[in-house]
Amino acid sequence: MSMFEGLKFRKVSSPIHDLDPRVKFFYVIAMFAVAVMYMELLPLIVLFLIQVPLVTMAKVTKQWIKSMRGAAFFASIIFFTNFIFSYLYRGQQALPSILEYSMAMTLRFIVLVESFSIFFLTTSPDHLGLALEKSHVPYEFCFAFTTAVRFVPVLAEEAQTIMDAQKARGLELEKGNILKRVRNYIPILIPLIVNAIRRSLELAEAMESRAWGATKNRTNLYELKLRRGDYILALLTVVMLVLAVYARWHIPIPRIMEIFPWKASR
Amino acid sequence: MIEVKNVHFTYPSGVEALQGVSLKIRNGEFVAIMGQNGAGKTTLVKHFNGLLKPSKGNVLVDGMDTRDVSVATLARKVGFVFQNPDHQLFSETVEEEIAFALRNFGFKENVIKRRVTWALNLLGLTQYRKTSPFMLSGGERKRVALASVLAWNPKILILDEPTIGQDYGQKEKLRQFILQMKAQKKTVVIVTHDVEFVAECNPRVVLMSNGKIVADGEARKILTSPEILEKAAIIPPEISRVFLELSEFGFPTNVIDVYEAGEIILDFWEAKNREHV
Amino acid sequence: MAIIETEKLTYTYPGAEKTSIENISIKIEEGEFVLLTGPSGCGKTTLCRCFNGLIPHFYEGKLEGKIQVVGLDVVKHPIHELAKHVGLVFQNPENQLFALSVEKDVAFGLENLGIPRKEIRQRVDWALKTTDIYHLRERPPYELSGGQQQRVAIASVLAMQPEVMVLDEPTSFLDPLGAKRIFEDIHKLNKELGITIILVEHRLDLTAKYANRIIIMDNGKVILNGKPREILDSEKARLIGIGIPKVTRLYQFLNGKGMRLNYVPLSSEEMAKKLKEVFKQ
Repeated sequence: MSMFEGLKFRKVSSPIHDLDPRVKFFYVIAMFAVAVMYMELLPLIVLFLIQVPLVTMAKVTKQWIKSMRGAAFFASIIFFTNFIFSYLYRGQQALPSILEYSMAMTLRFIVLVESFSIFFLTTSPDHLGLALEKSHVPYEFCFAFTTAVRFVPVLAEEAQTIMDAQKARGLELEKGNILKRVRNYIPILIPLIVNAIRRSLELAEAMESRAWGATKNRTNLYELKLRRGDYILALLTVVMLVLAVYARWHIPIPRIMEIFPWKASR
Repeated sequence: MIEVKNVHFTYPSGVEALQGVSLKIRNGEFVAIMGQNGAGKTTLVKHFNGLLKPSKGNVLVDGMDTRDVSVATLARKVGFVFQNPDHQLFSETVEEEIAFALRNFGFKENVIKRRVTWALNLLGLTQYRKTSPFMLSGGERKRVALASVLAWNPKILILDEPTIGQDYGQKEKLRQFILQMKAQKKTVVIVTHDVEFVAECNPRVVLMSNGKIVADGEARKILTSPEILEKAAIIPPEISRVFLELSEFGFPTNVIDVYEAGEIILDFWEAKNREHV
Repeated sequence: MAIIETEKLTYTYPGAEKTSIENISIKIEEGEFVLLTGPSGCGKTTLCRCFNGLIPHFYEGKLEGKIQVVGLDVVKHPIHELAKHVGLVFQNPENQLFALSVEKDVAFGLENLGIPRKEIRQRVDWALKTTDIYHLRERPPYELSGGQQQRVAIASVLAMQPEVMVLDEPTSFLDPLGAKRIFEDIHKLNKELGITIILVEHRLDLTAKYANRIIIMDNGKVILNGKPREILDSEKARLIGIGIPKVTRLYQFLNGKGMRLNYVPLSSEEMAKKLKEVFKQ
């Protein structure tokens, strides 16, 4: 669960928070592309490290570390799966290269979590919703997204109230075998679902009453203007992409063991 | 008896909802816990059936410390009717809904049958026995929720904001119902901010503000004292507001009943007329 | 011409056996403050939904009779057009707010109408200041109290600058102080901006004094329609079982015992004032 902590928006004032989500998303996709381009450990280490200054600039270091910790579980699965299968396939002699390969695959995953984490930690849901609107995503989807986010705390509280109400009628959620425990959740799920339906009916009434659907050309209270910081990030991302593609085709990447010969002698 | 001993309670979000509350409610008492929204009323009563446990201090229900027993055990003695019936209704029929708690508490089937019939009768729901609770109107659903709590005959009954959204007729019925419960020697605790309703019922009033109890006594005394009410941001009842403005004529300020007010005014009026003659 | 006019308006919800409202013929003039009340289930909410077109366009069902709002035939115009003239504020503040910040919510209706950004900004700021929530404009609705949320809902409707505002039990979930505040705000909108108000309420002791007309419904029909002081003093009103203000009942008691006050008080202030006058003679 702590991995999800690293994906929850954290309200802080920082230059990264102010960046246009569309540019930040471009950066995330570019990171993804570059990470996929390389199977070697060295460039992935570089990718991992160059993002760290962004984390510090965004003042979200603590949360980001939490997401890293959370990712550690999946990361170790990836590592061991790759390691075991490569070992079985290639044998003992290739051990150093198997090690490096497994570490690279793991790091690739971590780099992805790192960039997504930076994106979600620094982009508020309404900023994200706004970016979606400006990116010409159909308004129905943007609205569904922001409304869902808006109601998350409300539904969480309602779930708690329902649980309290049923506990007050003697419902014991912890007792019984697995089958009984699952059935015990019915008195919680049904009111939750029924109320969610009622709520959406009331919301629909309110939406209609505020002229929903009056025109296809909806305007917006806010504007999303690209500023200097956005252009800088966009430029850096493009430069990174170009360098990465060039390096992929023209520069042979040394294996770690070639840089550190002592590893190979084992 | 419910004993609250210097209870402090802080929600996980950090909000300090109760800041040192001490209270004793004796068997058979009728108490109205009042205060603004956010004063801590619901937080306090949720301690009575163990839904919340104090961060500091303790709560004893008939001698049992609520921290030592489960909510289900306390619920046998303390029936809690939540504000919104839609937070509990889930069964296919009203009958099933009322039987739910009885089954949880392990009552025998024949006892359950009897109790369900009794509860249906008490709240005028017999014709809806086999109806789905979702098909009923708002007021009827409230009655089903109430019936489902009364079914197991708890000694103590807590009603959380029972007057919200109710019209005049429904409030009258509620008042009659509470009197009935009192006649059956139940302890009744209502959480409300409805001053007029409390004025009609005249219970013991415990007034809360910002997580503390600021007054505890007779409804008539507390609801007519502007200084006390100001501390809790509560408006005095209509009739008492009239008399507060007439204090220059020497009228008593603790009147909340229409007829009593009428008699006092008439007496004053007749006395004045005699002076002129 | 009346701003709202109905003629033998009758409506049945889809699948229902009985009508919810029957033969409603009322006329509401511009600038009036109408109090609409009656026991639960009397049809007040159904009638409100007819005013902005939710009935028949959202709810379908069977609508008979005529209804004209701001000169427009409700049946012939879609809800989004009627919404420009009639705003509707609902009972539960939470389920009327969809955005992640107050000002985005207030802007919602204007955005839907495709109004240019500069004008949206102006109208939103004006609505926020009029309802005294300008300082809350960047807050998410979840952090606000019920009373504040309801003011946001009112501001959102106000921003659309309708001629009529219908409020269906807007203070049900609020405490008396919060309710009083909302009623004062609504009264202000009526007096200072000339907005026609239709307020559905049970708490007559807090609202009767603002109304210049009261309509009492029971079982889907309009039973009484007229000046509050006359209607609330009548025997018929008492029989319907609505919450007649206690001071009005006190007036009736004193009247019955020979002490005549020359007008029907609707609030404690009015009663105190009248009694002072009488005693000082």
